[in-house]
Amino acid sequence: MLKPAICEMRKVYVDTLIELAKRDKNIVVLEADLAGAIGTKRFGEIYPNQYINCGIMEANMVGVAAGLSLTGKHSFIHTFSSFAARRAFDQIFMSLAYAGLDAVMLGSDAGITSEHNGGTHMSFEDIGLMRMLPNCIVTEASDEVMLKKLLLKAYEKGGLWYIRTSRKKVPRIYDLDENFEIGTAKVVKDGNDVAILAYGISVADAYEGAMLLETEGIRAAVIDMFSIQPLDFQMILHYADKTGAIVTVENHQIAGGLGSATAEVLAENKKAVKFTRLGIKGRYGQTGTIDYLKKDYGIDKYSIADQVKKLLG
Amino acid sequence: MNTQIMDKQEIRSLELFAKKIRLNMIKSLFNLGFGHYGGSLSIVETLAVLYGKVMHIDPQNPNLVERDYFILSKGHAGPAYYAALALTGYFNLDRLYTLNQFGTKLPSHPDRRLTPGVDMTTGSLGQGISAACGVAKSFQMDRTKQYVYCIVGDGELNEGQCWEAFQFAAHNKLDHLIVFLDENKKQLDGPTHEVCQTYDYAEKLRAFGFDTQKVDGKSVEKIVMAVEEAKKTTGKPHIIILDTVKGQGFPYLEQKEDNHHVRPTENEKEIIRQFIEELEQKIGGDKDA
Ligand SMILES: Cc1ncc(C[n+]2csc(CCOP(=O)(O)OP(=O)(O)O)c2C)c(N)n1
Ligand SMILES: [Mg+2]
Repeated sequence: MLKPAICEMRKVYVDTLIELAKRDKNIVVLEADLAGAIGTKRFGEIYPNQYINCGIMEANMVGVAAGLSLTGKHSFIHTFSSFAARRAFDQIFMSLAYAGLDAVMLGSDAGITSEHNGGTHMSFEDIGLMRMLPNCIVTEASDEVMLKKLLLKAYEKGGLWYIRTSRKKVPRIYDLDENFEIGTAKVVKDGNDVAILAYGISVADAYEGAMLLETEGIRAAVIDMFSIQPLDFQMILHYADKTGAIVTVENHQIAGGLGSATAEVLAENKKAVKFTRLGIKGRYGQTGTIDYLKKDYGIDKYSIADQVKKLLG
Repeated sequence: MNTQIMDKQEIRSLELFAKKIRLNMIKSLFNLGFGHYGGSLSIVETLAVLYGKVMHIDPQNPNLVERDYFILSKGHAGPAYYAALALTGYFNLDRLYTLNQFGTKLPSHPDRRLTPGVDMTTGSLGQGISAACGVAKSFQMDRTKQYVYCIVGDGELNEGQCWEAFQFAAHNKLDHLIVFLDENKKQLDGPTHEVCQTYDYAEKLRAFGFDTQKVDGKSVEKIVMAVEEAKKTTGKPHIIILDTVKGQGFPYLEQKEDNHHVRPTENEKEIIRQFIEELEQKIGGDKDA
């Protein structure tokens, strides 16, 4: 089911922006001195008039995007997720969200995918922050197919978007013609015994964890909750009823992340199912490789399978 | 200017210290396989001056209350900082090889909770300079003789927070704050004049109320003199603008255009290996690590 990646997420970002700019001269791509990291220099070479490298000024970049939006332009802002969400949060709140302006923000190096940049750069809070903004669509791209579709959808729908992603290659989950609706989770694998809800890089690990469980006769459903806001609460309730056991997995603090969001849905709907949350539990980031970090934070396929078994007892 | 501050021998010994910082820093990055070579190399001479002469510190007692403080606001240059700390005696040189390894005490970006001698956690650009202002304000409130030294990058000054800090420093007359601006003329995406024109930082900082000097950042002697000079001016915060080269002191990297973060190719690995050998020979028997 998992397929090897065709290209890096950053290539998908740049290719898609180029595709959009072909159709619309109001597309503007903004960077804060991380064009080299995400690859948008290539965009700037083709569309120099639709490309702004602000320099290292994330807060100002958000304000500039607000001004561009005021005058009918479509801004695509990129920086690392740590600086996008944490560093410029008041500007995002005030000048974009509260002011009711449109922009698409790509937060790259999501969570542990910042690897060796370490704790200062490792965003485990961005989903939590962004989902507190009532009109912000909050997503993480689980693979390259989804990233492209989300970017196109963001352009078509307008509004304020936060799309979290890795910059590099991630296992491919979806066929190229797959479509995604905001607010509708994706069933990656069905199952009756337990439902594992995940998003971003954790979907692939949840899937592999579920395959491990399969060999032991446990049939786990894997649901891609890529749309954190709006959240597909009906899917959560459906699988709570169907399996009676829910596990969330995320490359983010469980507090404020999908773990919190799912707990809210279950509690408010009186679903006293077996429930456990995997993800970052009150810790900060650190330097390491993705594999090392997954293991250390307990979100690798083996930890997922173990925790599911523990939950089912 | 007073040239009597140091005799020739002291200058030579600081130059040797700088070479050792450079050597050990490069060895640790080489061992790791990638890292922020460019911006680490351009502050080597300044670190040699700070840790080899200027700062009142005790490596045996990193938390000495009456010490001078140092904040590396451009945190990505951590590897140079760690080499200076190790050579000053805060920890063993062997530890440099744990740079970025699992569970390390030496992460890419400085972490005050992990590394003895690191006064402040940095890595998100523009924040260290504000903390340095806080330290300087505290010294002023307590009327101590301590100084706080801070290195900022020329790209880092894009961040508005730096200019908030500068206003605060000048308004509060923080004359025990000595800021070094590593003007290596490059940031991540290229030359500063292409990404965000800096204009004349000396003129800007003078207008912001700073005691401003501009010196050759490759000369330990000039840097020492600038610090001594700065200390003579009271009632103003100080900035010493360092005319540096990104990749400083490593000819190949100085020339390399994209030298911010380097993951050496096989060919480059050979060049680095040769440079390490060259430096070791220059330093002679006293190479450490
Ligand atoms: C707030 C923030 N934004 C972006 C980055 C990513 N980043 C790391 S170093 C760097 C360039 C820094 O340029 P400069 O200050 O000139 O440093 P130097 O040339 O000395 O390496 C950038 C954009 C960061 N660390 N922090
Ligand atoms: Mg620079």
